[in-house]
Amino acid sequence: MLYGLKIATRYLTANKGQTALLVTGVAVGVFIFIFMSALIGGLAEFILARTVGDLSHITIEAETEDPALLVASEGHVLAVTERGRTRDATLAEAATWLPLIETVAGVKAVSPEITGAGFLTRGAQVAQVSVVGVEAGRESAILDLASYMVEGEERVGSGVIVLGRDLADDLALSIGQALHLESSKGITANLTLGGIFETGNGSMDSARAFVSLSTARTLFSMPQGVTQIEIKLDDLNAADATALRIQSLTGLNAVPWTDDAEQLMEALDAQAQTGYFLKAFALITIVIGVASALLLSTYRRRPEIGIMRAMGAGRGFVVFVFVTQGALIGLLGGIMGAGLGYLALLPFPTREAFRPGTLPLDITQGSYGLAITLTVIAAILASILPARSAARVDPVTAIGQ
Amino acid sequence: MTTLLEVRDLFKTYGAGDTATRVLRGLSLHLEEGELAALLGPSGSGKSTLLTILGTLMKPTSGSYTMLGQDMIAANDAELTEFRNAHIGFVFQFHNLLPDFTALENVVFPSAVRAGRETPAARARGRDLLKRMGLADRIDYPTANLSGGQKQRVAVARALMNSPELVLADEPTGNLDRASATQVMELLSEINREEGTTFLISTHDEKIAAACQRQIVVVDGNVTG
Repeated sequence: MLYGLKIATRYLTANKGQTALLVTGVAVGVFIFIFMSALIGGLAEFILARTVGDLSHITIEAETEDPALLVASEGHVLAVTERGRTRDATLAEAATWLPLIETVAGVKAVSPEITGAGFLTRGAQVAQVSVVGVEAGRESAILDLASYMVEGEERVGSGVIVLGRDLADDLALSIGQALHLESSKGITANLTLGGIFETGNGSMDSARAFVSLSTARTLFSMPQGVTQIEIKLDDLNAADATALRIQSLTGLNAVPWTDDAEQLMEALDAQAQTGYFLKAFALITIVIGVASALLLSTYRRRPEIGIMRAMGAGRGFVVFVFVTQGALIGLLGGIMGAGLGYLALLPFPTREAFRPGTLPLDITQGSYGLAITLTVIAAILASILPARSAARVDPVTAIGQ
Repeated sequence: MTTLLEVRDLFKTYGAGDTATRVLRGLSLHLEEGELAALLGPSGSGKSTLLTILGTLMKPTSGSYTMLGQDMIAANDAELTEFRNAHIGFVFQFHNLLPDFTALENVVFPSAVRAGRETPAARARGRDLLKRMGLADRIDYPTANLSGGQKQRVAVARALMNSPELVLADEPTGNLDRASATQVMELLSEINREEGTTFLISTHDEKIAAACQRQIVVVDGNVTG
């Protein structure tokens, strides 16, 4: 077989120009494969980071109890407690679960929260807000609030409120000014504006108010427990599995972000499918290129194949020589294409630095090894037909005897 | 002497029906080990077809032949390939060397293809053969840079590489000038004398035929003398 490799190598080096052209053709196919992998993977990362990155990856909410009924001894219902418009179910024992949840593998941050609705008033101006009570020091655990601050600080100390840019502008607020927040429970708190953030998300910038957990307890008369626990993961793609794990550990209703993102997942799936098609086309191009070049080579070298057969080379040897040529072309083209792909992707920002307006090419998702392996396999498959054709060459007609 | 080759009632027909051409018509032939025989006959008499069949490159339509006691008709393609490599050498009218390889690489080919690599012993024998052919200074030359006579001598060296019992030569000097033809023929005779290799040489050249111990005449697909 070593000798077959020598013959194959010699055939490839005998026509350096033609081989270089063929290898370049394969390299271009591999380059497209890698570029598409990086683009599709990067796009998915970018879209997920932009849409889900600032959201809770797993949310634990208290189960809403069924409406309470007062049933008479005869069996008919005397009274029903109507379900309130606001969510008031609580995770009364949240504090006991937090340390356990924090130890689950893949959990990056845990944030116990009290959420509810309220009205923000300053003078005659009133705005409806969604209030989120977070633990001081965990403001950026889920939404990276610190990175979105445009004025003041994100810290929600006692009596401090942090608002979105649009809301602050609507109420003509500036840092340090006082305002009133009345909760849906009718409890009012006097707060000072400690910071203004701007996420670019309209609903958040115009209606979200962050306060400390203790302030939220007062506002929503919740002396203990929380309304929800938000969890951020190292890998948001692991949300389904981690949610199941948390659920089995705690018995709480842990909901992964994917439950509410069916359309997003479908869109990402469609995008991935498109990527597979494009990559498949790149591989098909490689197969056609290698097969046609080797078929041509088989035809041109018919007399030599005839001589080799006459000198005692078996059909298997001839097949090996041509399949090895295909494999070498695939390997060289694959390595060259992968190298070119890597170099071409180097100038693009890393996945952590993706910004709107730039092409989200993720250099880590180039699938270099896969591209080289698939290319070698494709080139070997492409060479089987020419190799079989070469092995069938009749030495008598080929050498004109 | 020992029988090397026994051919009986060999028929070979190309094509079928109205276009069928019968080339060999019941040809029988016997060769002893160590013979240097010339195969004579007009063009189209069946000499090349006979050599191709004896070289196991083609099967006859009917008939039988054995070589070194082995039935060549019953053997399959893989067995014939192996037999050809080990026991038969070819010298063609056109040298038929591999153009992208050096003289030594061409000579070593029959051995390397069997061993799976070019062994040092094979390379040493290849060098010796080329020296014997008067090509000591052309060993590592690409064959494209050799003259017609030199190429044919490389082809002779290649035919002898695996020390075959039989060398089939089809018009080995047909494409050479008189001086080169004489040189090649002298080499074949020398190897026949010194190593006892059997040669069956198809030729139109009466001088070449005269240099052989035996002349076999083929006319209309049959041996006539």
